[in-house]
Amino acid sequence: MANLKELSKNPEKVTGGHRLCAGCGAGIVIRQAMIAAGNTPVVTVSATGCMEVSTTIYPFSAWKNSFFHSAFENAAATASGIESAYKSLNKQGKIKEDFRFITFGGDGGTYDIGLQSLSGAMERGHRMLYICYNNEAYMNTGIQRSSATPKGADTTTAPAGKVKQGKEQNKKDLTQLMAAHNIPYVAQSYMGNWNDFITKVQKALATDGPSFINILTPCRLGWNYKPEETMNIGRLAMETCLWPSYEIENGVYTINAFPKEKKPVTEFLKPQGRFKHLFKPENAPILEAIQKEVDLRWEILQRRAELGKEKKPA
Amino acid sequence: MKKDENVKLTAAQLAIGGLVEAGTGEAFHTGSWRSDRPVWNKDKCINCLTCWISCPDSAIKTAQDEKKGTVVVGIDYDHCKGCGICARECPPKVAALHMEAEKK
Amino acid sequence: MIKPVYSKGKLAAKTGNEVMAEAMRQIEPDVVAAYPITPATEIVQIFSQFVADGKVKTEFVAVESEHSAMSATLAASAAGARAMTGTSSQGLCLMWEMLNIAAGLRLPVVMAEVNRAISAPLNIHGDQSDAMGARDTGWIQIYSENSQEAYDNMIQAVKIAEKAKLPAMVTTDGFIISHCMEVVETYPDEDVKKFIGEYKPERYLLDTKRPFTMGSIELQDYYFEHRWQLAQAMRDAKKIAVDVAADFAKTFGRQYDLYEKYKLDDAEIAIVVIGSTAGTAKVVVDELREKGVKAGLLKVRVFRPFPAQDIAKDLAKVKALAVLDRADSCSGTFAPLYSDIASALFANGITSAKVVNYVYGLGGREIAPNHIAEVYDTLGKIAAGTQKPSTDVNYINVRIK
Repeated sequence: MANLKELSKNPEKVTGGHRLCAGCGAGIVIRQAMIAAGNTPVVTVSATGCMEVSTTIYPFSAWKNSFFHSAFENAAATASGIESAYKSLNKQGKIKEDFRFITFGGDGGTYDIGLQSLSGAMERGHRMLYICYNNEAYMNTGIQRSSATPKGADTTTAPAGKVKQGKEQNKKDLTQLMAAHNIPYVAQSYMGNWNDFITKVQKALATDGPSFINILTPCRLGWNYKPEETMNIGRLAMETCLWPSYEIENGVYTINAFPKEKKPVTEFLKPQGRFKHLFKPENAPILEAIQKEVDLRWEILQRRAELGKEKKPA
Repeated sequence: MKKDENVKLTAAQLAIGGLVEAGTGEAFHTGSWRSDRPVWNKDKCINCLTCWISCPDSAIKTAQDEKKGTVVVGIDYDHCKGCGICARECPPKVAALHMEAEKK
Repeated sequence: MIKPVYSKGKLAAKTGNEVMAEAMRQIEPDVVAAYPITPATEIVQIFSQFVADGKVKTEFVAVESEHSAMSATLAASAAGARAMTGTSSQGLCLMWEMLNIAAGLRLPVVMAEVNRAISAPLNIHGDQSDAMGARDTGWIQIYSENSQEAYDNMIQAVKIAEKAKLPAMVTTDGFIISHCMEVVETYPDEDVKKFIGEYKPERYLLDTKRPFTMGSIELQDYYFEHRWQLAQAMRDAKKIAVDVAADFAKTFGRQYDLYEKYKLDDAEIAIVVIGSTAGTAKVVVDELREKGVKAGLLKVRVFRPFPAQDIAKDLAKVKALAVLDRADSCSGTFAPLYSDIASALFANGITSAKVVNYVYGLGGREIAPNHIAEVYDTLGKIAAGTQKPSTDVNYINVRIK
């Protein structure tokens, strides 16, 4: 459990002046993650993406710690190299500080083009925290669908039209895919609850091994909502159980946030322009299908967490 | 190095490999992006720091107070883009932040 | 047969792969990230055994692809490590994106590259299409004629790369060098280590005192300047490679230059070639010389940076010249080495030589002394004015009609 009065004493490692959109969720993710890291020396790595380009437009960099980017599909492999260099130089006594490595990727760089690199790095066991700031589409190139894009969302490569109603497939469950690597720490977090996210980042950084956090990160441009709503939309994702907050520690599941009452998914979908077409009367079956899918996933997660309660050491 | 200074170094002057010194981003001002500006009311503020942790642009200015610990001291208008998250997230009972149209 | 030249040297029979792995053991990089691929696999395997036996302090990263191999290697270098990798063919193709990035970020990684044909059709044998496809990525390219050169080139490459702040690849011809046993003179570990020296980068990511960002986006206002720096670094690397070769000769006694002239000074007809075929061609030159034919050879060792001016000067007196490429270009015109030689001659005002292009040996196709003798025979006719030089690419030992 983090404490804002304490956290606020930590150094600010991301400066203002970056070129992310007003109200961008990714800006909040990187800032909170770096505040969570506190005084620990960190090298940050990023996949190509909105966040990477917006924070490092030459000759400016919003990063106060060392930051490295090489390409799109290889953030985890890139971080592997840095972590291995650290291990080697640390063993030789050439680097004495206790470093941590945080890698950021959007859903494009994580779910899709960077999945192989991520899988490889997790399997090899590099001590790094990989954070996917998942805004559910390729935002940097202009809102194209990804495998993280939810069913029904209007994107520029799976647009809503006369015969199609946005993306026709369900999103990939990457958190589960990462869990299947049996790494020590996997978590899902959401925007609008700094404590949930920061606590997870701190846990992950304390984990001796690879860790992965998938944070649903509203994109005011691609999701088409008012910029001040970023946190609120994030909370609605949790409250509708569409994006539950949970963690998997050495295989044991814990749900970290329960809504006071489970809201219908339409409350999450309604404020977002990308789902506007779903509210036409003829698209009611799509809304039903989305609700059904959410209910099923939530049920499965709760059962996994039940098992977790039994397995958790007292 | 500020953008408006329009400094353009030559290949002979620039560091190789496109290396950029850390934290130079602060010199770039995004304040001109605002159409609305957050206005902070010191008297109403309870220093819960919700606005500080929620800001995507590191634009809530804080200071250390001996008794209260970290306190909010204002808005960094050089970098604030006017997204309104701070005002939206400020607890409704406190309402120490509100948005006003930026005077052009 | 290699003659020992270094007082403390040791002669042993080794394959090209073994000797490259041996050089890597002696260099003892901080990080090696690699993925196996025929015919370079052994290099990675042998080196992994060195790691497993505690013979090196290296962190070995068994990555899941060559793209990740280059990503991890260049990142390790950025972090402050001396970093190396090895690959071949499709592996190099998969790395292509990252090759450019390693160079653009000015990271001095060194790679053992075993030249192999590229798909399709799939083929595992030696030709130089892979490295030729990467010739303009900003990598220093050093080609080897035999295992001894491969070993010596690896040691020199570390020093050249770190001085030039450019990545470097040392290549051998797949199977012909990589898998053939030859007698090689190796030098003691401590002498190799002393020659390359400790790696002390000026800036590195793990430096908490001077953190920085690397890999930023540069728009119309800065990108060009950094690409100019890269191109200039490559131009400057010529002198660095020459200086390192001089140091190397002083230390170990073996002489190297950017290219090798073999009986070229008074030659009227000559061949330009890269890699192991130079060895075959030298035999043919000797035979022709015995018959009184003024035949010569120029073997390019450092292909990138390309020593255009010097080569042009040394070819100025040749009447007929054949450039032999072990890679085609599919450009509709000439193959890579020819294009560089021709532009070198043209830019330096040398128009006396008739220059023809031959593509040979793709996919490991045999190139025998008689094939090369035929080329010299044709050159003789061109020099004598009895045969017109072909203005298109010629092919050696391929069934066309």
